[in-house]
Amino acid sequence: MRKSFDKHWYAWAMVLPTVVVLGVLVFYPLVQGVWQSFTDLNESNQREEICTRILGGAETCEPNPDAARFVGLDNYVDILTGAQGSFWLQLTNTLVWTLACVTLHYGIGLGLAVILNRNFRFRGFYRVALILPWAVPSFVAAFAWRFIFDERFGIINGVLRAVGIDPVSWFEQRWTSLFTAIVANVWLGVPFMMVALLGGLQSINGDLYEAAEIDGATPWQRFVNITLPGLRPVSSTVILLGTIWTFNMFPIIYFVTRGQPAGSTEILVTGAYRAAFEGIRDYSLAATYGVLILSILVVYASAYKRMLAKQGEVF
Amino acid sequence: MTTMPPAAVAADPVETVAGTRTPLPRRRRERSVAASIALHGTLVVATFIALFPILWVVLSSIKPASEIRRTEVELFSSPTLDNYRRLLTETDFPTWFANSVVVAAFTMVIGIAMSATAGYALSRFNFPGKRGLMWVFLLTQMFPVAILIVPIYTIMANLGLIDTKLSLIIAYCTVAVPFCAWMLRGYFDTIPRELDEAAALDGLGPFSTFWRIILPLARPGLAVTAFYTFLTAWGEVAYAIAFMQGSDHYTLGAGLQQFVPQFSPRWELLTAGAVLITVPAAIVFFFAQRHLVAGLTAGGTKG
Repeated sequence: MRKSFDKHWYAWAMVLPTVVVLGVLVFYPLVQGVWQSFTDLNESNQREEICTRILGGAETCEPNPDAARFVGLDNYVDILTGAQGSFWLQLTNTLVWTLACVTLHYGIGLGLAVILNRNFRFRGFYRVALILPWAVPSFVAAFAWRFIFDERFGIINGVLRAVGIDPVSWFEQRWTSLFTAIVANVWLGVPFMMVALLGGLQSINGDLYEAAEIDGATPWQRFVNITLPGLRPVSSTVILLGTIWTFNMFPIIYFVTRGQPAGSTEILVTGAYRAAFEGIRDYSLAATYGVLILSILVVYASAYKRMLAKQGEVF
Repeated sequence: MTTMPPAAVAADPVETVAGTRTPLPRRRRERSVAASIALHGTLVVATFIALFPILWVVLSSIKPASEIRRTEVELFSSPTLDNYRRLLTETDFPTWFANSVVVAAFTMVIGIAMSATAGYALSRFNFPGKRGLMWVFLLTQMFPVAILIVPIYTIMANLGLIDTKLSLIIAYCTVAVPFCAWMLRGYFDTIPRELDEAAALDGLGPFSTFWRIILPLARPGLAVTAFYTFLTAWGEVAYAIAFMQGSDHYTLGAGLQQFVPQFSPRWELLTAGAVLITVPAAIVFFFAQRHLVAGLTAGGTKG
């Protein structure tokens, strides 16, 4: 032990601040959150003691008779049977949202990366211009797209009117409303994918392409047999991260659709947030949502990892 | 995670620092006119889509309020800076802006310090608990805001930190540090170990090696980390809305939504605010963008 400390103390010293902060502010809250999901904690019963101040300034405290208590799996049953909130609707939205966003992020990002990896005039300009949406904070982008899709003053409906098509009430139908959010998020997320994939492309050995060309491979064959396999390590990472990030993406839905119409475009994360901080604050319900979201992601990540391992990828 | 040899970067980090070389796998050849048109056409369309929303918000912000509320599409109409004047003098926007600057700056400095040291230790030393820590970093990416926000809220309330900037700085560091440490670890991996060994021979301890040899070489990685932490803090809303209570304590993320209530949104103030919020982010971006490809991909994808 002593010897191990002498040898590794500087490594530990370097990671210590991070570990402490993560421990106190990620793992302790995580444990507490899981615990809260088994209670009926809300705004009105969160105090463990009720203190009354009597005349003269002394204070007496007694246990709160209505304090939050352990309720077992009640929250989970309520959520999964639909007695509280609308879990299944929000789960469907989340899946559609994640699948659509990640597919488009990756597809468009890959296309642009392949183009930008060639040599042509103004390449630097295009590259900077295409990354620019990344620099826009997500809530600003959300408001910008809300403004663009605005039913009366938005430019999209303005253009539709100008060419003689009836304007669309984007936020009055579930799927058109979700569509606006997906557009906003795709706009915001493509640059990250593009940059990551561009880096991956640049690490592929150019000789491979030359050899394939000599062997008479068509551009498509080169793409499928050299580019895609060469990108595999990068792709597997960014798709995993992208899925997790999109799944938990809060500001776009929260500000673009605001759940309109009538909460039917809420995803799980925004649903949980509204449970926790809007109306009567139901902390235990939000915590239960959180546990369910986390479980879904952990299952997804391990399935993903297993799939990669099966394909011979060392994760 | 997966191991990707970032050949170009690893071979010569110093050259990438200067940003002088962008490796191209394919040499320039003659391209047919049709192919050329297709290539530039695609890029022009993509660039237009990327830039249009930004441009439209900028153009709208210099229209008078009455012109924004018109249904006809017009790019320019009686440009004025009146929205900006009203935003800066009649609302709390300047206070929110100042709050956000403080929060983002501290998050950036603390975040870089923590993730750089942790990333270096993960890259160079084999110590007990290293693998576990790597997994923890990846795992934290999966935590939804929903599960952490209430317990963190309670902790902050017990510490009396609700409604203070410090609570946000701490919360943002927990969001940004794991990813940045992971990314920087990958970047440090591309800096040859021989440099460390040479420094040790010359009598430098691990800390001064890190500070005097490695950090200066890791500037592209650090630039990306700075960009990422700054943007995390500058653009975060969930914690900001939950933690900050008085309008004079709001950061931009919490404040801006006040301009667009459900009914009668004030788009003229919102667009002007959006432009002013994006400018600092764009400046940070401008300094970091040269390094984005090298820094992010060397790090973000290596594990």
